[in-house]
Amino acid sequence: MAVLDVDVKEGVDQETVDAVAQLSGAYKYGWNDDEIEMDYAPKGLNTDIVELISGKNEEPRWMTDWRLSAYERWTGMSVPNWAMLKLADIDFQDLYYYARPKSMEVKPKSLDEVDPKLLETYKKLGIPLSEQAILAGVEGAVPDEGRKVAVDAVFDSVSVGTTFQKELAKAGVIFCSISEAIREHPELVKKYLGTVVPPTDNFYATLNSAVFSDGSFVYIPPGVRCPMELSTYFRINAENTGQFERTLIIADKGSYVSYLEGCTAPKRDVAQLHAAVVEIIIEEDAEVKYSTVQNWYPGDAEGRGGIYNFVTKRADCRGDRAKIMWTQVETGSAVTWKYPSCILRGDDSQGEFYSIAIANNMQQADTGTKMIHLGKRTKSRIVSKGISAGKAQNTYRGLVSMHPKAKESRNYTQCDSLLIGSECGAHTVPYIEVKNNSSRVEHEATTSKVDDEQLFYCRSRGMDEEEAVALVVNGFCKEVLQALPMEFAMEAQALVAISLEGSVG
Amino acid sequence: MLEIKGLKVDLEDEDKSILKGVDLTVPAGEVHAIMGPNGSGKSTMSYVLSGKDGYTVTGGTATLNGVDLLAMEPEERAAAGLFLAFQYPVEIPGVGNMTFLRTAVNAQRKARGEEELSAGDFLKEVRAKAKDLKIDAEMLKRPVNVGFSGGEKKRNEILQMAMLEPKMCILDETDSGLDVDAMKLVADGVNALRSEGRSFLVITHYQRLLDHIKPDVVHIMSNGRIIKSGGPELALEVEHNGYTDLLAEDA
Repeated sequence: MAVLDVDVKEGVDQETVDAVAQLSGAYKYGWNDDEIEMDYAPKGLNTDIVELISGKNEEPRWMTDWRLSAYERWTGMSVPNWAMLKLADIDFQDLYYYARPKSMEVKPKSLDEVDPKLLETYKKLGIPLSEQAILAGVEGAVPDEGRKVAVDAVFDSVSVGTTFQKELAKAGVIFCSISEAIREHPELVKKYLGTVVPPTDNFYATLNSAVFSDGSFVYIPPGVRCPMELSTYFRINAENTGQFERTLIIADKGSYVSYLEGCTAPKRDVAQLHAAVVEIIIEEDAEVKYSTVQNWYPGDAEGRGGIYNFVTKRADCRGDRAKIMWTQVETGSAVTWKYPSCILRGDDSQGEFYSIAIANNMQQADTGTKMIHLGKRTKSRIVSKGISAGKAQNTYRGLVSMHPKAKESRNYTQCDSLLIGSECGAHTVPYIEVKNNSSRVEHEATTSKVDDEQLFYCRSRGMDEEEAVALVVNGFCKEVLQALPMEFAMEAQALVAISLEGSVG
Repeated sequence: MLEIKGLKVDLEDEDKSILKGVDLTVPAGEVHAIMGPNGSGKSTMSYVLSGKDGYTVTGGTATLNGVDLLAMEPEERAAAGLFLAFQYPVEIPGVGNMTFLRTAVNAQRKARGEEELSAGDFLKEVRAKAKDLKIDAEMLKRPVNVGFSGGEKKRNEILQMAMLEPKMCILDETDSGLDVDAMKLVADGVNALRSEGRSFLVITHYQRLLDHIKPDVVHIMSNGRIIKSGGPELALEVEHNGYTDLLAEDA
């Protein structure tokens, strides 16, 4: 069995190198679908826009009021500036808060009636044809048998379709867009929305609460192991558009789900705003794995354009023995501001955070996690790998907090930084609070440079310089890559290599 | 096979000349040994031939089957058939030994326009070759050279050599730090690779390695030049009398 294990792992690694070789060149997902006809709300933000978004989604009044109160709150808030990020002021009145592909307004009868540009987009994303039909909202389209990932695609602000809904429904799993959930499952949404990330949480989360137009909703009933991986694909396409998706995942008692999130955006000279909120509720004995491969457009080598990514992600281990595992591979975005957090409320609950953050050229990343230990004997583990190249700045910022009642709790943090070249920076900012005397907190941090001897060794065996860097960096990230689901691991390895192109030599 | 003419090399950072006109020809199928006192330039020559940074070639040529080695990148030299077994093999944390080998083999095949080895074929080959060198499955799985003993590192170098099937193999003090049994394993590995189309340049301080790997020609290097060449008996002479007489002869 051990031997078999080797075969698979080695195979994966090789595919990485193959993928890298094929994907030579710059940002792969940088096409934009200008010709897709979009339906925009007017620029800027006010109560009318909030009402309009709510109206477009045919929301009940309680939802509209929820948004409006968030908007009221937001108008009194100011942009947080404690992160190690330098960016120009964002004019929040100069953005579109709602954009929707026109072809979504009327349900098409077959693929022939779907905007061909939209289909082309799906094709470029590598989504199979039968699923393209479902995503495009074709009536009566059915998914292929045999594929095990259910996909929800969010195109600019709108969820354009979810696959495998029927099969999931058989298991009692609800996987749909959040706008649909608000209409179809209001009792669940009302019960959980805003209970992990309250509408008042922070500037960007509050903004999101007011204007989120869509996102994904997942409910796993008690005792159910979700029969397939769930996946959401986010893409920002329209110009000057903010994307504000909202994801709500509920794992009821004793259930399990693995959730994947992928992101891309076209190349634009002007920076685009992305402010998402992800809330996860994990009840007693339930487990959630949430994996992200974030590959938003990072801007060009001079720092023009790219996505400003301000995301609030938080999981609440409400019940005893609940478990959350965050895994993130952050390679894109001009600016990343993101701290997927774990509230370990239930006794014996566990939180894990595995992160690879790569910043090349002029990219800036300020990312990390928060582990809030409230319950007894709670455990958390943080493994962070930051890689800086070019003139990029990469900051790990993490909080480990042991509350007075979190007796006999444990945390282990490992925080490694790798520098490529001499103009980049790596920063580690750990915050540790311990308010009882039976808990244990460990923190290890290292900083190293890609070693010339290692690169020469690889090259003397026949690998070119970029292949050599990719190999060494993938080795550095190994622990995190291993935490990802297999399909994602391959994509992530390839991405690691691509993100670092041109960083040496 | 390998032809070096009047090779002169300086250290890049300091104004220091290391090689002062090396002339050396290794015909196809032959094994040549280079011996010499510390600091004579033996390791520098192996690094310069394989393309390491930090050296400036100020004169002379080095060709492999008529192709100018010095004009190529390190990876191009490797694809052209040059292999250096390192004196101090480098550790690469997190990268599985097998992954490393497969990446290297396929990179070279690709550079030569050959088809890449499939996962199955590669595995079969690597297992067979590893077995001969007493490298077990566990060692193939571990990160490249991390936590390897001295003997394991050197055996791993020979495994790479066996997998890459180079034409010209340079062994830089492969015997250093090895006990007798380990040296025998390494020597057997090298001997198994001897063939008409493959040449070896064995850099060593000691005659004992040459008991196991029989050289066709022995060269003595001193102060950046080859000062004497001869048959295997030259190595025995060094073993008995040291370098002093030879150096005096040269002076």
